[in-house]
Amino acid sequence: MMQPHADLEAQIGQWRGYVQRRQAISVADIDELEDHLREQIADRKATGLDDEEAFLVAIKRLGSLDAVSREFAREHSDRLWKQLVLVPEASDHADAPQWRKLAVVLAFAVGAGIAVKAGLFLLDDGAAQARNVGLLVFPFLAGYLGWTRKLTLRVVAMLVVPFAALATVVNLYPFASGGSTELLAILHTPVVLWLLAGVAYAGGSWRSDGRRMDFARFTGELAIYFTLLALGGAVLVGLTSAAMQVVGVDLKPILAEWILPVAMPGAFVIAAWLVEAKQNVVENIAPVLTRLFTPLTIVMLLTLLGVFAAAGGIVDVSRDLLILMDAILVLVLCLLLYSISARDPLAAPGLADALQLVLVAAALTVNAVMLTAMLSRIAEFGFSPNKIAALGLNPCCWCTCSGQPGSASDSCAGGVRSYSLSAGRRRTYPSTAHGPPSWLWSSRQSSASPDSRAELRHHPRLPRLGSLMVSRSSPDVHPKPASTGRGAGFVLPRNAS
Amino acid sequence: MRIDKDLVAASATPLVLGILSEGDLYGYAILKRVGELSGGGMQWTDGMLYPLLHRLERLGYVSSSWGTSEAGRRRKHYAITLAGRDALADRQEQWSVVAAALRQVWQTAQQPPAPAAGWA
Repeated sequence: MMQPHADLEAQIGQWRGYVQRRQAISVADIDELEDHLREQIADRKATGLDDEEAFLVAIKRLGSLDAVSREFAREHSDRLWKQLVLVPEASDHADAPQWRKLAVVLAFAVGAGIAVKAGLFLLDDGAAQARNVGLLVFPFLAGYLGWTRKLTLRVVAMLVVPFAALATVVNLYPFASGGSTELLAILHTPVVLWLLAGVAYAGGSWRSDGRRMDFARFTGELAIYFTLLALGGAVLVGLTSAAMQVVGVDLKPILAEWILPVAMPGAFVIAAWLVEAKQNVVENIAPVLTRLFTPLTIVMLLTLLGVFAAAGGIVDVSRDLLILMDAILVLVLCLLLYSISARDPLAAPGLADALQLVLVAAALTVNAVMLTAMLSRIAEFGFSPNKIAALGLNPCCWCTCSGQPGSASDSCAGGVRSYSLSAGRRRTYPSTAHGPPSWLWSSRQSSASPDSRAELRHHPRLPRLGSLMVSRSSPDVHPKPASTGRGAGFVLPRNAS
Repeated sequence: MRIDKDLVAASATPLVLGILSEGDLYGYAILKRVGELSGGGMQWTDGMLYPLLHRLERLGYVSSSWGTSEAGRRRKHYAITLAGRDALADRQEQWSVVAAALRQVWQTAQQPPAPAAGWA
């Protein structure tokens, strides 16, 4: 008879984990709720229910977590804002490390800025500057990541050796001035460096698919943070420069000479730190943007297809168009990646999955048209390094993309299975194997009957009520119509005090 | 019979304060007491009690302290404060007025309407 209790404990543990992701509900509140839950379960069991039945009733009586969480958020709106304060209130840790961390981050950021400025000063050749910018920023970003992760020597070597090799190649290879090989080097150095940064981010365990997915999320959030910082910086600089112009001082030379070269790399490191530190705050931005842009991208692709069709043959397709097409495919890949990373492995397939399928299909069609044109062009004019690179990237993207429809249609067909890519995510929800955890269903339609069995009859086995499933990804203060608080759940009087 | 949720919401604060004025209690016990008092007629969404308690605490009507349950779990106990007793007295007055008014209305409503004289 030990097993049932173990199950119950596991279910309560799972429930705790789920509630913990609500920022409006603090750990102390969860303790309080858990005590309540256990009392309720004990009382229900006293009336003859078994562990599972008692748990289901207790969870249902607790109410929809969305609604409860929203009430907590109203009462404790400060908790949501607290997350935005730069240095979190460290009640459980000493204060000093937090400030020290901030200081170290600032040091890395300033270092990156100075390194880039010095590099630009020492290398007077524009192409050499472009080749080396990434190399100048990377040590500071990797240094920060390595410092937070306390990398082992082996991992450090794993970073330093490729970095040194890359720096050597990029600087010693006799590039033809303005040649396409040089352009390729400039374009691809950051890509290689970013992969290295991924190794640093994963703390060396880059073989773990979960860590790789984390790095993908990190990349997306970093891009968003960096853009936000850049926007803020632009506003600031713009205002300052406008004000200075009034008094006859021209800021532009200083801007180009100092502010941009120093501030941009610094902002990059700061953005990386923000992603780490504020993971919870904008965790959901990249997926939200993805949702927004998936339909728009479909429209764009269909328009492209229409234009190509209207133009008749695209025999005169240029190499630039293929490069653009590669960029579009990379964009589509990003959209896919972020929807997958945010996809709830338990959620039933929906419109979003169907849209993704359409997106991939549209992208592949446009690409096929383009590729045919390109191949005929190559057959006509021969190869060049750029063409090979553009052509090489294309099948890479294509293969990755075409891998998706299989799993996406799988998912659309009704299997509540997650994508293979999100396997790492799925592992965090061990409940998948036994069907969705029951506490996801928390509609409150309380019957006044004191008899719990009667209550259960009123609400036949909860897992059948799939339509009542509470969205797992909805944020704490997700605006929802008040109807979510169904039945006798009461809305607290706001102004009555 | 199910009580309208607006009514439940409006009576929540005085009810909780009233129950706490009988003695210190923790959340689950408060809800149980509500059930007893209303004969099972008033059903709350359990989880909603806690934001309410926290709000009352912020307003200074109740104070809380952590203790342990018989099973050794952490448990938060609530006690009514002086300000809470004042608020309760205030609410009581308001509700008495409302209840008295309602009672009178029910009584008149139960009598047959007076015949309209002189309009035949």
